[in-house]
Amino acid sequence: MSRLSEGNIRLANEIIGRYPRPRSAMIPLLHLAQQQDGYLTNDAMVHIGELVGSTSAEVYGTASFYEMFKFEPVGKYLVNICGTLSCALMGSEELMHHAEHKLGVKMGGTTDDGLFTLEHAECQAACTEAPCLQVNYRYRFRVTAADFDSLIDDLSAGRLVDEIPAHGTVARVAQHIPRDRGVGAVPPESVTEAPVWLDGKAAL
Amino acid sequence: MTGTYAHAPGFIVGDRPKIVTSRFEYEDSYTLTRYLATDGYQGLRAALSRPANEVHDEVRTATVLGRGGAGFPAGTKWGLTPQGVYPRYLVVNGDESEPGTYKDRLLMERDPHQLIEGCLIACYAAGLSQCFLYIRGEMALAQERVAVALNDAYAAGYIGKNILGTHFSVDIVLHWGAGAYVVGEETALIESLEGNRGMPRLKPPFFPAANGLYGQPTIVNNVETLANLPWLMCNGAEAYTAIGTKTSPGTRMVAVSGHVKRPGVYEIVNGVTTFRDLLYKDEFCGGIRNDNELKAFVPGGGSAPWFTPDQLDLPFEGSQVGAAGSMLGSGAIMVMDETTDIPAAALTLTRFYAHESCGKCTPCREGGTWLERILSRVVDGKGTSADLEQLIEVGTSICPGDFPHASNEKLGLTAVPFPYKMNTICFVGPSAYAPVNSALVLFREEFEARIVKRHTIPVTAVGAAL
Ligand SMILES: Cc1cc2nc3c(=O)[nH]c(=O)nc-3n(C[C@H](O)[C@H](O)[C@H](O)COP(=O)(O)O)c2cc1C
Ligand code: SF4
Ligand code: FES
Repeated sequence: MSRLSEGNIRLANEIIGRYPRPRSAMIPLLHLAQQQDGYLTNDAMVHIGELVGSTSAEVYGTASFYEMFKFEPVGKYLVNICGTLSCALMGSEELMHHAEHKLGVKMGGTTDDGLFTLEHAECQAACTEAPCLQVNYRYRFRVTAADFDSLIDDLSAGRLVDEIPAHGTVARVAQHIPRDRGVGAVPPESVTEAPVWLDGKAAL
Repeated sequence: MTGTYAHAPGFIVGDRPKIVTSRFEYEDSYTLTRYLATDGYQGLRAALSRPANEVHDEVRTATVLGRGGAGFPAGTKWGLTPQGVYPRYLVVNGDESEPGTYKDRLLMERDPHQLIEGCLIACYAAGLSQCFLYIRGEMALAQERVAVALNDAYAAGYIGKNILGTHFSVDIVLHWGAGAYVVGEETALIESLEGNRGMPRLKPPFFPAANGLYGQPTIVNNVETLANLPWLMCNGAEAYTAIGTKTSPGTRMVAVSGHVKRPGVYEIVNGVTTFRDLLYKDEFCGGIRNDNELKAFVPGGGSAPWFTPDQLDLPFEGSQVGAAGSMLGSGAIMVMDETTDIPAAALTLTRFYAHESCGKCTPCREGGTWLERILSRVVDGKGTSADLEQLIEVGTSICPGDFPHASNEKLGLTAVPFPYKMNTICFVGPSAYAPVNSALVLFREEFEARIVKRHTIPVTAVGAAL
């Protein structure tokens, strides 16, 4: 475990190739590592540094800035309950208390069976559907205590595996630029001319 | 007629002009098939049939205001890149995370091709040779929908080399974040896209149009801004400016949340729709829940100073809202009824900005933390009146001078217009203070009550279930 697998190295190089500078691939590669292992291991960060030409300290420096990256294992399901104003106005605090009670952990805690980690989250861009939550970044809207209970029961019974992948996977579809269709990225210093279509004529 | 669609949670349609939400009625609006069956990529065709500078002029004439927060006209922004400096890049801001804001995610999930087409038009018009589409990390579905749309559009020849058989060639690269509000600020977005911690850069010199991604001229535009372009290219600037007002043409996506009967996301006519229309009319939110009294509302996202019923008749127009002491920001209205615990409501926002401070400048890093600490104490009934003075003092260290606020007839207040002076690099610091200042100026008695009778008044949760 932990350095990127052969398959992921291929994906990583594909991603790196889309950017004018390799370092721009840092966050996507960190996601790839987290998808592989569920959290960011030191070995993976060292490996990412090698791939994009940064020190592992720089990789960690970037990773530690962002909320979604975890440096130790979390539950299979990360339950983020929004507590910002619109959700607070619609009862998110009660929902959080209920969640703590249902799962038997405090905010930030992980259940003993390793299935759930509960977190207080900030605005999830679903404010009209308050109170809302995300499980591994998949939404539930206008959540009541009863909704919460059945969500947890469904997840525990494995009934939502098709909809909600284990923690680490965010998008299940990746971009792929076909070799014969892509323009390709070049370092900025190797471009000096204006794009050809700025020739004062209609392109079509 | 108004209605909702099970496949577009939160969106509420009505008999109003539709520029960016015209396909939301279709369950499969995100597919290339549906897109092509509903005029998809016709705006691109129209654009490519004209020289790039003419397309740029059309956007300038239409005055497409930026929908990300600052409201700067897109056509003007594109013209700020220095002459003769290449390459130039387009960075799409899909980081939507301002409290109360919900529109860009809908646009990405429901109509990703419209956004892609908008990006292509912008790249053609402004001579941008590569596009990076930065989507907020926590938006799994939006990332999936945009990824599929990009893959399909590449395969069909709409993106990449020799688009539609022309010499216009551009790549659109899907990029995604990892959870940090401040990254939505354009210079922080660029830092993040360079693989760094997402900390804002000082402007000047780092105005992205001149000195952005890899030090090159870079246009940063919001998702909704770009989503307007296909319609604009198909219908022309004249049709675009026929909707709305001269200073605020077109439509706007607005999210209304909180204590209204029908919270939702609406595409409204820009510049004319008033807050009263939005909150009370049946075609919009239909009034305050349980027919309660309206106490206050945040007109433009969590960073905006608050309004009270005195400001309900203002239209959704930037300069009037600015003169009245607030801003339209990101099109997010949060409504608080008479049952709202105002200090506790302010605390949820101040806590947000304090936590999201990147730590680069002291007034924000230290000030935000202190505002949160002192306000928590007050909300918990452990504050003193010195604490209230302290809140203002800390706020003044972030924003010197009079902080903008609304007028209030009952309190005999006249408005202090937007914007404020600030001692910070970006708006996160001032945003931590905005809710505190609004709450203190407009509802001081609620703070006083907390302090004087702190041992007898029970502290209730914000918006105790009614
Ligand atoms: C703290 C902060 C957060 C911001 N967040 C966003 C955001 O999530 N999305 C967005 O489009 N603009 C956001 N902005 C505004 C951007 O800096 C920038 O003005 C905008 O993306 C430009 O696009 P527009 O001209 O099309 O509106 C934010 C600004 C600040 C100061
Ligand atoms: S104001 Fe706050 S978030 Fe913005 S640069 Fe300064 S410390 Fe960072
Ligand atoms: S406040 Fe909860 S989603 Fe915006």
